[in-house]
Amino acid sequence: MKKFERLEGIVAPLDRANVDTDLIIPKQFLKSIKRTGFGVNLFDELRYLDEGQPGQDCSQRPLNPDFVLNQPRYQGAEVLLARRNFGCGSSREHAPWALEDFGFKAVIAPSFADIFYNNAFKNGILLITLEENVVDRLFAEVESREGYQLDIDLENQRVITPGGEILEFEVDEFRKHCLLNGLDDIGITLQDEDAIRTFEEKHRQQRPWLFRQPA
Amino acid sequence: MSGQTLYDKLWNQHLVKQRDDGTALIYIDRQLLHEVTSPQAFEGLRLANRKPWRLDANLATPDHNVPTTVKERAEGNSGIKDPVSLIQVQTLDDNCLEYGIEEFKINDPRQGIVHVVGPEQGATLPGMTVVCGDSHTATHGAFGALAHGIGTSEVEHVMATQCLLAQKMKNMQVRVEGELGLGVTAKDVVLAIIGQIGTAGGTGYAIEFAGSAIESLSMEGRMTVCNMAIEAGARVGLIAVDDTTINYLAERPFAPTAEQWEGAVADWRTLVSDADAQFDKVVTLEAEKIEPQVSWGTSPEMVTGISGQVPDPQAALDDTVQRSYMRALEYMGLQANQKITDIKLDKVFIGSCTNSRIEDLREAAKVAKGNKVADSIKLAMVVPGSGLVKRQAEAEGLDKIFIEAGFEWREPGCSMCLAMNADKLGAGEHCASTSNRNFEGRQGYGGRTHLVSPAMAAAAAIAGNFVDVRTLPANDASNAQEA
Ligand code: SF4
Repeated sequence: MKKFERLEGIVAPLDRANVDTDLIIPKQFLKSIKRTGFGVNLFDELRYLDEGQPGQDCSQRPLNPDFVLNQPRYQGAEVLLARRNFGCGSSREHAPWALEDFGFKAVIAPSFADIFYNNAFKNGILLITLEENVVDRLFAEVESREGYQLDIDLENQRVITPGGEILEFEVDEFRKHCLLNGLDDIGITLQDEDAIRTFEEKHRQQRPWLFRQPA
Repeated sequence: MSGQTLYDKLWNQHLVKQRDDGTALIYIDRQLLHEVTSPQAFEGLRLANRKPWRLDANLATPDHNVPTTVKERAEGNSGIKDPVSLIQVQTLDDNCLEYGIEEFKINDPRQGIVHVVGPEQGATLPGMTVVCGDSHTATHGAFGALAHGIGTSEVEHVMATQCLLAQKMKNMQVRVEGELGLGVTAKDVVLAIIGQIGTAGGTGYAIEFAGSAIESLSMEGRMTVCNMAIEAGARVGLIAVDDTTINYLAERPFAPTAEQWEGAVADWRTLVSDADAQFDKVVTLEAEKIEPQVSWGTSPEMVTGISGQVPDPQAALDDTVQRSYMRALEYMGLQANQKITDIKLDKVFIGSCTNSRIEDLREAAKVAKGNKVADSIKLAMVVPGSGLVKRQAEAEGLDKIFIEAGFEWREPGCSMCLAMNADKLGAGEHCASTSNRNFEGRQGYGGRTHLVSPAMAAAAAIAGNFVDVRTLPANDASNAQEA
């Protein structure tokens, strides 16, 4: 997992409550053997005018010009501004994979669905929960100003608006530590690499037959 | 201090580190890989630029997607018609080649269902921790090994760190005491256990199966019992090591050779629960009371003896049970109070990681011998669990018995256990199946699965409906009285 560095990124507003995982990545794309490459199908139903199928060349598909991510002013967005209960529905980890693959590093919303919350952090995406009225205000600001960027400072748990307003947010210590240091579950376990090696050596001496290979 | 259970011992022998939050790092001795749950794990490794921790701990084989007809199989991977299935199998081959992991490929005689292959190769040993991205990994607990099913992220975690993050479970003992009647098998034992404790009965527990009836089972039978621990809600099923375990392992390819054998055996003999060990829960069944079992509903706990009948939902004690029974009967197309022996069948499937080992095939062949599959049965198939099981069966002439009786004799794989390949039930079809899950749609959309033992499945194929195998000439007629 990449480290979550201080981020100044373009914000794209997705003005819709209860965005579920099937909307984030429709189920026909789950039959993949990969965890990358889902970005082109992120929000597939909203983004394209035709019905998406796995393995298509998406650059040839008709885009829905009204969808926010298709508008020129939001190209390169790294922060998604969303509404209540973002990420509800199934437990599929493909949803954060798709967001990450598209290029989103953080999502701001008044609330998030539980499993999605876990899955997103596991995949290096910072989820920021802000009061509903604050989110309303951000929606208004983003829409009124092209090239709107937010400065996200995870270390100090604050979001700074272009106008200099500071919005503080809560995040659990352990998750923050993992994001800042780029540690996924595996990364955390590997911090105990020495303990594992020591154990393995002792185990091998005590029960060498567990380590043997057929001739 | 009271003694330790078998589970406690295995846990302690693999504990690398206990964390403050209750989770622990457990060292993993063996990881089995198949094509469905491993591709994203390999890709995750690649993306993070990580290497597998210990290559020789891994063993791979494709099983879920492989075609089982002789003709398609002869073409190797290109015989796989579904493009997604093909990609999965091909990706497993590519990943194993790239990383240097031992794989038994589609037409290797050692290929088969992971849970048949591991033990058969001696790659599952007593005292090991065994994981696989498949919930029926509990099977390997029959050897006194601590075996877990895990998810894809965990497959990646084990590959990269040789450890699993786990929480210790509670201890449960299921004792089956006494002698099983003739024609009553390990499958009937485990179905009866699930019928008694329910599909959530083992949730949060590691179940150790014990008692004289369990001790008298062969290794194949023990694997059948542990295989379905997961259907009783437990991720882990276990059976203590004894002579049966040790004799089974001698001279298997991965088992210890002469110079290590004595030491290994001495160590394995300690893999039993201490006499004064405490279990959080103990359940006891009397072997004599267990009849051949048949599931009538859409959950493995919806099961009854062959002399029984489909329950009447109206008689259920609470509303939730009543509703689930009604829904199950509707899906299964059965009537309340209908006799089990009156259920008509369309297809018969003998196979899956529950019942596709040599002993299972012998039991089925014993019933099939000299008989014919009923005209009303559209398809009766026997799918051996591995290439080696298939060879052994052919050496014993079992294939001929099946073919003469009208069964199809197939190539090894998961096949109609989960219908990921072309072997499926049609909507509304009733199937006598030796597999482990009878959920709605499990064996094909709208398909109706009845879980039974291999002998019961073979007998059903011949009669066209369920019959009590204890009444067949192959079994002692005096035993039929109880039915
Ligand atoms: S035989 Fe069935 S239960 Fe066993 S591993 Fe294959 S699909 Fe899973």
